[in-house]
Formats: sequence, structure tokens, C-alpha cells
Amino acid sequence: MKQFAYLVPRSLDEAISFHEAHGDRAKYVAGGTDVLVKIKEGKILPDYLISLKHILGQDRPLLNQETGELYIGSFVTHRMIEKSAIVRIHYPILHDAIRNIGSVQIRNVATIGGNLVNAVPSADGAIPLITLDATANIQGPKGERSVDLARFFLGPGLCDLERSEILIEIVVPPLLLRTGSAYIKFGRREAMELPMLGVGVLLSLGESSVTCVKARICLGVAAPTPIRALEAEAFLVGKPIDGGTLEKAGKIAAKESRVRDSIRGVAWYRREMVGVLVKRMGLKCMERIKKLAQ
Amino acid sequence: MGKMISFALNGNKMAVEVKDHWTLLHLLREELGLLGTKEGCGSGECGACTVIVDGMAVNSCLFPGLEIAEKDVVTIEGLTSPDGTLHPLQKSFVENGGIQCGYCTPGMIMSAKALLDESPNATEEEIKHSLAGNICRCTGYVQIIDSIKSISEGGVEEVHVVAWKNKEKDE
Ligand SMILES: Cc1cc2nc3c(=O)[nH]c(=O)nc-3n(C[C@H](O)[C@H](O)[C@H](O)COP(=O)(O)OP(=O)(O)OC[C@H]3O[C@@H](n4cnc5c(N)ncnc54)[C@H](O)[C@@H]3O)c2cc1C
Ligand code: FES
Ligand code: FES
Repeated sequence: MKQFAYLVPRSLDEAISFHEAHGDRAKYVAGGTDVLVKIKEGKILPDYLISLKHILGQDRPLLNQETGELYIGSFVTHRMIEKSAIVRIHYPILHDAIRNIGSVQIRNVATIGGNLVNAVPSADGAIPLITLDATANIQGPKGERSVDLARFFLGPGLCDLERSEILIEIVVPPLLLRTGSAYIKFGRREAMELPMLGVGVLLSLGESSVTCVKARICLGVAAPTPIRALEAEAFLVGKPIDGGTLEKAGKIAAKESRVRDSIRGVAWYRREMVGVLVKRMGLKCMERIKKLAQ
Repeated sequence: MGKMISFALNGNKMAVEVKDHWTLLHLLREELGLLGTKEGCGSGECGACTVIVDGMAVNSCLFPGLEIAEKDVVTIEGLTSPDGTLHPLQKSFVENGGIQCGYCTPGMIMSAKALLDESPNATEEEIKHSLAGNICRCTGYVQIIDSIKSISEGGVEEVHVVAWKNKEKDE
């Protein structure tokens, strides 16, 4: 394996200054489940790995009781999110997605930040967080900035990070009352598989618990980046939610998807499945809203 | 480049020089001569290299060697008592036919141990979820799951599987 120096900064500023000093010869590493595989395969050849593991403060999901915002530090491992009771109860869409990323061994070390920065079209962490309207906080040589996660992904393997910038945390805005959310990673196997499709749906209902006041539909592996099915979302708002409306929304979302033929599945089948899964996840949202009300 | 680090290996404190680019798997097998931990894929897919670091099952093939500084590492060698008595999980694998060629076994047992340390009465569902990252090409998994179930359904007191506490707790 390629030799490299392993640097262990203790603060964000130190990490950023290390990266600036070494430029393209350096690579940040968090869990390393992507970086180390790529180094072993010879796909990247960094001279310096800058570990983000020893920077404190960005290390667990935290609900701000006053604002209702959920903060997820970038260096939080998938396993910590999987085990978080707050996430399981209030953000089930994130729990659905995270618990099926890789294996326990992978989730014990892999981070949510690494998952997002990887920016692969199949990143299971991205879809639920976009569905939840999350923003990404970023720190770099020029200071801090925020970007909507929906705009963070620019292409396969490409995200909105300037050189030396670090994704530091994800912020999920407060949920409306009567909100349900669900994600499905659809593939040929139950585990250890990248999805053929990832579908996230969030629905919020009005006081009558019938009419939709907010809808989010986000698709993974359906385009070069995660995408929202904006027309299908707009179609649902103001309508009573039942199997029929969800089926129509699914058909619209299928049209909006830009699926391709690939080794993991052919385009026509994927498109068909977008419709099926949007409906299925919509029904699951409804089930979850009912359960919360009880 | 290398750095001196100290860590606990199977309960023994030690200090070693670790080169920056070594994986934990390399350190264990090539430098320390502990050959129980296996390399299958070398890329996180198969689980043959699973060891326990601070209570958590990890793929040692993707774990930077320097990251074990000040941590507890347990490998399959750490389960057998100095007098040769097998750990209950090892015994159960032997008795239930959970081993054929044996290549996956150290990884399987370490994954199972991390699970049972955390939830001693794990259900079949939990066992399957926790072993998803361990591939076996021989047994068909049924005997492996049986081997673990016979411990998780057998009660904790007799078998003393709770050795390492997981650091991170749910809030
Ligand atoms: C066997 C296996 C199975 C997998 N299964 C899945 C799966 O089911 N679903 C899925 O989505 N992914 C999967 N992955 C991919 C990968 O493990 C995850 O995307 C993981 O979350 C990456 O996190 P990490 O901390 O290990 O990233 P690292 O490898 O440490 O880093 C990934 C990239 O992000 C950069 N980086 C990391 N953190 C930051 C940060 N905070 N700021 C700026 N840059 C940063 C690194 O420089 C690198 O380019 C799998 C990987 C393996 C090996
Ligand atoms: S050798 Fe590490 S997972 Fe296969
Ligand atoms: S016993 Fe041969 S791989 Fe599992």
C-alpha cells in the first residue's frame, strides 16, 4: 500500500492549516472506509492523511430543545446515529437509512460527514437529510458558511467544498406537527449492498390529519446527484393523502427521475420502482403519523 | 515514518512503533505475529479481519494502525484462557457445527462477541443484523446463527460473555 504520513490535528483550525500547508498532496480522513479502500486500490495517492477523528465537539446528534433543531456533528459515526433514541423516534427516515449502511463494522467507524462528502449518487445518508431540509455547516480557511444540503451535491463524487474546507455539522430544522418520514434502500440483497434506488418521503398533515401541508420526495441513484421530485411534491400539497394520491405522486416522481441502465438495474425497471416505492414510503409516513398521535 | 504508541492487546498493555500507513490488520499479523485475524477482501466487505476496539467490532483491514493509541484491542487470541479453555462462543461454534473451513470463524466470533457484550440476549433478528458484514462461503450461516443463539438464549451468568463495556451510550 502507498505510504503516507498520518497527521492528527486536535482542532478544526489546526486541521485546516495542515491541509493548506500540503494542498493536493493531503486528504482528510474520518472513518477511512472510503479513503483507505481508494488508497489500497491505488485510486488516490495522498502523501498526507489528516485525521478528523480527534477533533472534539462534533461527535453526536443533539436536539436543541429551544429551537427544535437537530444538530448532527460531521464526525458522528453511523452507529451513533443508529443508536440514538431521538433519531429513532423523531427522525425515523434517518434511522431507516443509517441502520442499513454497510455492516456494523463499517458503521462503527464510518461517519455521516464522510458519507456526504463522498457525494456518490447512492450515498444513503444524503437522501434522508435532504428530505428533512437539512443544511450543512462548513468551515474553511476563509471562515464559516452554510449551504442547503439539496444544493451541496454537484455531480458524482463532487460536492460544494472548496479546497481545505471541512464539513462540520448538519442542521435539521424543526419538524412540523403531524409529520411522518420514511426511507427505503432498494436493492437485490438485504445487506452489504449499494442501493439500486434510494427513496425518501416526508409528509406533514394539517389539523384534520388528512390534508397534506408539506411534502418532500427525494431520490437516490435516480440521477447523477440526489434529486428532489419537485413536481410530485407540489402535486401532494393541499390534497388529502391516501393510496390513490400517493400512487399518482409516485408516477409523477418516476417521470422526474433520470434513471439509467447500469449493472445494478435497468432504467425502465428503476423508473417503475420509483413509483412503487414513493407510494410505499408515503403510506409508511401515514402509518408513522398515526402512531405518533396515539 | 513511525510513532511509538501504547495500547492494550487482549488485556496486555504494550508499547509498539507503528508506521503511519500500517493498518491494524498489518500490525497484528505481520508485525505482532497474531495470525488468528484473517484477511479476506482487504476492503471492508467480508469481515474476516474483524477485531474489537474499545468494545466495537471493526474491520482491521481499514483501521489505521495509529488509531489504536490508548485503546483496548481484542482479537480472537484474547478469547481463549491462558490454560487453553475455550470461550463459550468458541465452544458453541465447535459444538453446533458453526465451523467448516474456519476462515471466517475468527471474524464471526468477534462480531458475535461484540454483539453479545452489548446485548447478551440478542434475538435472531439482531444476530443476523449484526453479522451482515461477515461472509461465510461454507456453512450457509444456519449453524453459525445457531451457535450464537445457543449462547444468547442460554442466559448470561453461566457464560461470562460480558467483558468489554461499550463507551458510547445512547443519550
Ligand atoms: C464495505 C462497505 C460498505 C459500504 N456500504 C455503504 C452503504 O450501504 N451506503 C453508503 O451510503 N455508503 C456505504 N459505504 C461507503 C462509505 O463507507 C460511507 O460513505 C461512509 O459514510 C464514509 O465515511 P468515512 O467517515 O469512512 O469517510 P472517509 O473515508 O474518512 O472519507 C470520505 C471522503 O470524505 C472526505 N471527508 C470525510 N469527512 C470529511 C469532513 N468532515 N469534511 C470534509 N471532507 C471530509 C475525505 O477526505 C474523503 O474524501 C460502504 C463502504 C464500504 C467499505
Ligand atoms: S479483510 Fe477486512 S473486511 Fe475483508
Ligand atoms: S467456514 Fe468456511 S468461510 Fe465460513
